[in-house]
Amino acid sequence: MGTSSPMALPASGQPRNRLSRLVANVLYRHGTLYLLLLLTPPLLWFGVVYLGSLLSLLVQSFYTFDDFTMGVTPDFTWANYAALLDAANHDIVLRTLGMAGAVTVASALLGFPVAYYMARYATGWRKGFFYIAVMLPMWASYIVKAYSWTVLLSKGGIVYWLVERVYLMPALEWVLSLPGVGGSSLSTSNLGRFLVFTYVWLPFMILPIQAAIERVPGNLLQAAADLGARPAQSFRTVLLPLAFPGVVAGSIFTFSLTLGDYIIPQLVGPPGLFIGNMVYTMQGSIGNMPMAASFTVVPIVIVGLYLTVARRLGAFDAL
Amino acid sequence: MRSEARRDDGPRAPVWLRVLAYGGLLFLHFPILMVGLYAFNTEESAFSFPLKGLTLRWFRAAAEREDVLAAIALSLRVALASTAVALVLGTLLAGALYRRRFFGKEAINLMVILPIALPGIITGIALLSAFRLADVSPSFWTIAVGHATFCVVMVYNNVVARLRRMPHSLLEASADLGADGFQTFRHVALPQMATALLAGGILAFALSFDELIVTTFTAGQEKTLPIWLLDQLGRPRDVPVTNVVALWVMLITAVPILVAWRLTRGTEDVAGSSK
Repeated sequence: MGTSSPMALPASGQPRNRLSRLVANVLYRHGTLYLLLLLTPPLLWFGVVYLGSLLSLLVQSFYTFDDFTMGVTPDFTWANYAALLDAANHDIVLRTLGMAGAVTVASALLGFPVAYYMARYATGWRKGFFYIAVMLPMWASYIVKAYSWTVLLSKGGIVYWLVERVYLMPALEWVLSLPGVGGSSLSTSNLGRFLVFTYVWLPFMILPIQAAIERVPGNLLQAAADLGARPAQSFRTVLLPLAFPGVVAGSIFTFSLTLGDYIIPQLVGPPGLFIGNMVYTMQGSIGNMPMAASFTVVPIVIVGLYLTVARRLGAFDAL
Repeated sequence: MRSEARRDDGPRAPVWLRVLAYGGLLFLHFPILMVGLYAFNTEESAFSFPLKGLTLRWFRAAAEREDVLAAIALSLRVALASTAVALVLGTLLAGALYRRRFFGKEAINLMVILPIALPGIITGIALLSAFRLADVSPSFWTIAVGHATFCVVMVYNNVVARLRRMPHSLLEASADLGADGFQTFRHVALPQMATALLAGGILAFALSFDELIVTTFTAGQEKTLPIWLLDQLGRPRDVPVTNVVALWVMLITAVPILVAWRLTRGTEDVAGSSK
């Protein structure tokens, strides 16, 4: 080759390398062959590594686990799925779903104003500033972010100090005494766990909403104003419906990420397993891979349903 | 002069909206800043606030820890290997999918996104179950294979977006001027894709460097940096070193993310796309 600019390519009359030109021409004429060559390596990788793994997981969810020998035998059984219906396991699923739902709603409420300001009002350097300011925490290390909250929420730590300073200690104690929300301290309460989850996944909500609002043409809102809509009206009837797919797109992340998390529930909050913890302990300390596998099918089904609904709501175009 | 400046600023946001927006940013950054601050804390085993005093001595203590350095090295190697795989597979996929329509295209698209759309625990346990079934023992390679699988989408997204914005007439012009497919790729398509490849590669690298949930399943006894940190949380006596490493991790990931952002900014107007 040796040429650096397309202008200096050898003329078509004198091919620089017969073989490569021949191959290139064959590929050009046979589009399907070309496509096949491009697709084979990635399809092999995903087919073998990813789909193969998911399939092996599915197969193992029907294997039999022997409680006495603690061994797994490849005998077909429905027992692992039947065990999902136990009251204890039922609770785990509901607990995880409740948290995922709460975190999703809170992220949408907190994230929408930020996204709205970014898309509608931030211009010039402010736009870049806001974008980076959301990107950096989003990409910051997950485990460090989770850890930072164990530091913040600890007794004698900064959150307690701040609450003390503004004389809200009685209010905090009252909140912590509520059933379902509270616990003996912030770091062992559902409230604390909820805060950490919301914090960690919030940026994943902001960016899709921001992108969706960004795509709403400004003249639509002007038209609404011309037709006599008050700002609140044009927000509710024009902007919100158009931005909603962005909210749904963001909620896919917040919901799915909370659903599968097992680190944060270990670090912050009251005892009581999440789906992820159950899967992890089942395969790890107990060695019951079949039960862990059948438990994994629960989030797969839930996320599958969620994605189907999200698709209906137009979230995929907003991703 | 004044009215000019105001037009640049666009309409002013209502005060409550500005408070909510900047409040949101404060919420996102406050915990990270606090971890940074605690890295200088003199106190050894608690998190009391206000801090008792500031010191630099934990930085030296952390730099002398073999296990920290080994964990960083392993994480870097895994991230490099998985980024390399992701670059190749992601580019091939982008080249195949960006323009052509064919049967199964949607399914392939979904398959690429699935590893990050499904909770990490699913990918993790699926890989583990497959490795056990195939009698593969956990090692550097099992970690890298898992990471590469969900890193592909980062490269794919960046490259496919760039290719879609690149006017097809550029490729046709190149062919008209007598270039074959390889030459067109080398001299026309590759320069157009270069920054997208770099940005996608950086994001894939950052994703792999920080990944924890899938890694806990595929790592066996190996300790990547996030796993090392997770183990540290159960060691209250070692808090100062944990704080310092947490600060390091933040800085190590922030730089590439900023670079990736610079690289993809303003690429909406690729040369010739106005035609």
